[in-house]
Amino acid sequence: MATDTQLDLWEVFIQPKSGNRYAHAGSIHASDKKMAIQNARDIYTRRGEGTSIWVVPSNCIIASNPSDEDMLFEPSNDKVYRHPTFYEMPEGAKNI
Amino acid sequence: MKKQEAIYNYALRLGDNSLVLGHRLAELCSKGPILEEDLALTNMALDHIGRAQAFLNYAAQVEAKNKTADDLAYKRGERSFYNNLIMELPDKDFASTIARQLIVSTFEYFLYTELMKSKDETIAAISAKAVKEVRYHLAHSSDWTCRLGEGTDLSHEKMQRAFNDVWMFTDELFEMNEVDEVLIKEGIAIDLNSIKPLWFNHVKEVIEEATLKLPETGYMQTGGRKGIHTEYLGHILSEMQYLQRAYPTAQW
Repeated sequence: MATDTQLDLWEVFIQPKSGNRYAHAGSIHASDKKMAIQNARDIYTRRGEGTSIWVVPSNCIIASNPSDEDMLFEPSNDKVYRHPTFYEMPEGAKNI
Repeated sequence: MKKQEAIYNYALRLGDNSLVLGHRLAELCSKGPILEEDLALTNMALDHIGRAQAFLNYAAQVEAKNKTADDLAYKRGERSFYNNLIMELPDKDFASTIARQLIVSTFEYFLYTELMKSKDETIAAISAKAVKEVRYHLAHSSDWTCRLGEGTDLSHEKMQRAFNDVWMFTDELFEMNEVDEVLIKEGIAIDLNSIKPLWFNHVKEVIEEATLKLPETGYMQTGGRKGIHTEYLGHILSEMQYLQRAYPTAQW
C-alpha cells in the first residue's frame, strides 16, 4: 500500500452519536493503529462531528469494479415497485 | 503574601505556561512532518491557548484592576511572565518537540489531576477540563517517543539527543515559592514534591520502553518563577504582542 511517502492509508468512519450508523468521513495516513485513531480524531472530529471512530486499513476494503457498474446496478433502475413508497412514515420517527 | 495575591500569581503561572507552550506549538503550523501531524500539533496548541485564556481571565478577575485576559497576555513584559523555561525553548526538530511534549504533558497530567481537588472552584473546574485534553497529549507524545526511539538508528539518536538537551529544564517544573506555601495551606495549590516521583516514574517508563536511556541529572536551570527567562521568551513576546502594541485596542 506504499503508494506515497506519507505512511499507510486508512479509511475513517465516524459515528455522530451513540446508536447512529458509522459513516465514511474520509481517509488519513498513519503508520499504526494508535496513530490512525489519533489522526482520525484530529482531522475529522475537531468540531464535534462524532463520539466514536472506526479506522480500517484501506487495503482491507474490497471494492466493486467501476466497469461492472452496468451489470451490478443498472437492473434496479426500472423496478420502482421495489421501493416501499406506499408506507406512511410515522410522525416523529428519525433516522429511518 | 495575601491569599488574593497568591491566587493571582498562581493563575498567571499556569496561564503563562499554557500561553507560551501554545504559542510554540502554533509556530509549527504548516511545518508538521505530515498533514495529519500538523493538525495534531496545532490542535494541541489550541488546547493550550484555550486553557491560557481561562487562567488569565481568572487572574484578571482576581487582580480586580479592570484588566482582561488579553491585557495580561499582550501587555506584560517578559520579566512579568512566570512560565517555566522549558515552555519557551525553540523546537529544533520533531524529536525536540516530542521530548518536551512528553515531559510537559506528564507533568500537566499529574498536576491537573491533583488540582481538580483544589478548594478554589475556578482552578478545579479549569483543571477538570485540562485533564481530558492532557490525557490525549500524553498518549500522543508517549506513542511518538516509542515510535522514534524504536524506529531507525537516526530517529533513535535524535530522540535521545532531544531528551539529553531538555533534561536540565525539568527540575524547574517542581520549584515552589511563597505563592505555593500560602496556597497549599488553603488547600488551593498542591505540593509539587508529591507529584515529582509520579512524573519521574512515568517519564522513565516511556523512555525505557522506547529503548532510550534516561538522561543523567546534572546542572538544572532555574529562573521562571522569578520572571528570569532564557533569551527566547523576548522573541516570542515580540511576535505575540506586536499587534496589540502597534495598534492598541485593535479588534477583529
